[in-house]
Amino acid sequence: MSRGLNWTRALADGPVDAAVPSVITAESRLGDDTARLVTVVPDPGSPYHRARKGEVGLREGLALAEAVTAVVAEDSPLPDDRRRPVVAVVDLPSQAYGRVEELAGLHHALAAAVDAYARARTTGHPVITLVVGTALSGGLLAHGLQASQILALDDPGVVIHAMHKQAAAKVTLRSVAELDELAKRVPPLSYDVADWAKLGLCDDLLKVDDADDPTERDVRRAKDALTAAVQRARRGPRDLSNRLTSPGAQQTRTASRRIREALAAQWD
Amino acid sequence: MTLTDWPAMLGRTSFIELAARERARALLDDGTARELCGPFDRIESPWLEPQGVVPQCDDGVIVVKGGLDGRPAVVIAIEQAFQGGGIGEVSGVKMAAALSLAARDSRDGTPTPAVLLLETGGVRLQEANLGLATVAEVCSAVLELRALQPVVGVIAGALGCFGGMSIAAGLCTRLIMTEEGRLGLDGPEVIESEAGVAEFDAGDHALIWSIDGGRQRVRTGLADALVLDDVTALRSAVIEAVRQGVPAEHRSQGIAELRARLEALDPARPPEPADLADVWAGATPRKGAVR
Amino acid sequence: MQTLTYEFPAHLPAARRTHVGVVGSGDLEILMTPTDGARVRVSVRTSVDGFDTVWRTVLERFFARHPVAASFELNDSGATPGVVHLRLRQAIEEGNV
Repeated sequence: MSRGLNWTRALADGPVDAAVPSVITAESRLGDDTARLVTVVPDPGSPYHRARKGEVGLREGLALAEAVTAVVAEDSPLPDDRRRPVVAVVDLPSQAYGRVEELAGLHHALAAAVDAYARARTTGHPVITLVVGTALSGGLLAHGLQASQILALDDPGVVIHAMHKQAAAKVTLRSVAELDELAKRVPPLSYDVADWAKLGLCDDLLKVDDADDPTERDVRRAKDALTAAVQRARRGPRDLSNRLTSPGAQQTRTASRRIREALAAQWD
Repeated sequence: MTLTDWPAMLGRTSFIELAARERARALLDDGTARELCGPFDRIESPWLEPQGVVPQCDDGVIVVKGGLDGRPAVVIAIEQAFQGGGIGEVSGVKMAAALSLAARDSRDGTPTPAVLLLETGGVRLQEANLGLATVAEVCSAVLELRALQPVVGVIAGALGCFGGMSIAAGLCTRLIMTEEGRLGLDGPEVIESEAGVAEFDAGDHALIWSIDGGRQRVRTGLADALVLDDVTALRSAVIEAVRQGVPAEHRSQGIAELRARLEALDPARPPEPADLADVWAGATPRKGAVR
Repeated sequence: MQTLTYEFPAHLPAARRTHVGVVGSGDLEILMTPTDGARVRVSVRTSVDGFDTVWRTVLERFFARHPVAASFELNDSGATPGVVHLRLRQAIEEGNV
């Protein structure tokens, strides 16, 4: 069961294509736009044995870069306010942890994906991320965090974080119970999507009937939310500055504003 | 330089032995360095004290403006000794904002390249989701500046550049490394922890450097210059990297090359690290491949 | 984590503010800011609890020899008394006391 696959199929108007089995694309009508959906999904038969469960590995980094670059190339003759939205549907456990990945430079394959997504955003494509499941670490950096708008399902299966809990506990020399305690006082540590949504990065949190397998009502709700996000993206900045000015950011990112203002004041 | 070239060896000043602030100042022209938001501004992380972690007054990122071979530049240095160089809210925004200000100046008629001293384990786990967000903001800001002026990454060691910040390294215009430096998305301990010791033995130093080390990354085209651990040599390499200007296409835009390289590898039987450079030398993009 | 504060008598002026060190394992950073008046004020943020007496002894000894009219902020990550002493010396030397 892959939420990413289910949501992509549900949102798609037309066939779901797979350039490689683990990176699927489809079109989805959002208002007057036809968006390109892009999703990383599990491929149990992948020749990369460390990238079979939906991880973003070498193949996926390349496929993401190619898929997004293709949309940008196709739409480049259009005026920028007519360029298609790109929707990254996210349900992935992490990046791929493996020897061949490090040997071949997975950091570079992910940089290619980041480059492509950022280029789409800065050339006027509304880049929208919809988190439907887990969204961790390097995988999310490559597929999701360069968006102008980030939406997430309000569901316990949606976990957005820098590292899965067991590993994070090990690295920070704390118990899982201690991490849970700390997360109550230190919001950026929380694994709860409702807490993540307060950090200023979340543009919409969607209540749905069935996060694993969306109902028709869920699809309508999601499409409405995505359409509204596309409009906000078109009206808003093409950099990531709305992450510092959003209502959540007003509360949580005061240190970010302080350092930005101080640096600007001292720059000249 | 051979081992018996004592005068040369004794004349070297190790860059690796310097703390981040000293590294940044050492790269800039004498007398021109001016630190911004330094320790006395006391803009530190708001998230560490509540967890019983002692903050550092500059949050582990040092921003210094100055001259590089007579022209304006900004050096942004990560202090590896503080929290393993992990990037949090303040440190990440400090980097991103400095890059954006350099981009603004460059657009307004004062070309200002950036030099990033990348010694980091990636996202600071003590700030998790905000660290992850600011690393994404750093990546975006690197892309903003590098369209206008070179963004030169230096990975000298001993910590190296890992985690999400390795993606930022991959976006740099050029990367300068030493033998001691390492670059990779996930460090050996993380891979061993996730995938087992057969996948990656984190105790095997020769293996680690054969994959992540500066010599290998330069040989295989994932970094641009292998330089001695010496302040003068690194400063020259940085100046040269800036002098080469902005390329028509950055490494991270070379998708056809990336495809050719991955197609040249059989993941079930990958080459030995020492053979990778030769395998890839023979891997050229297909004609007419989508770029 | 603890924040400890101390005061000692002082009369030596410091020429300028200084910063030394890093908050790395076994190390500390020190910010020294000259003040008017006849006191040394020290505040210590330390990751290791329960060493109030050790800090008092180390600092008392140091500032008896170097009664600098300044405020010192120490951010400590488990430095030994030897390292603390070394960093304090660096701070006052760079401040031209």
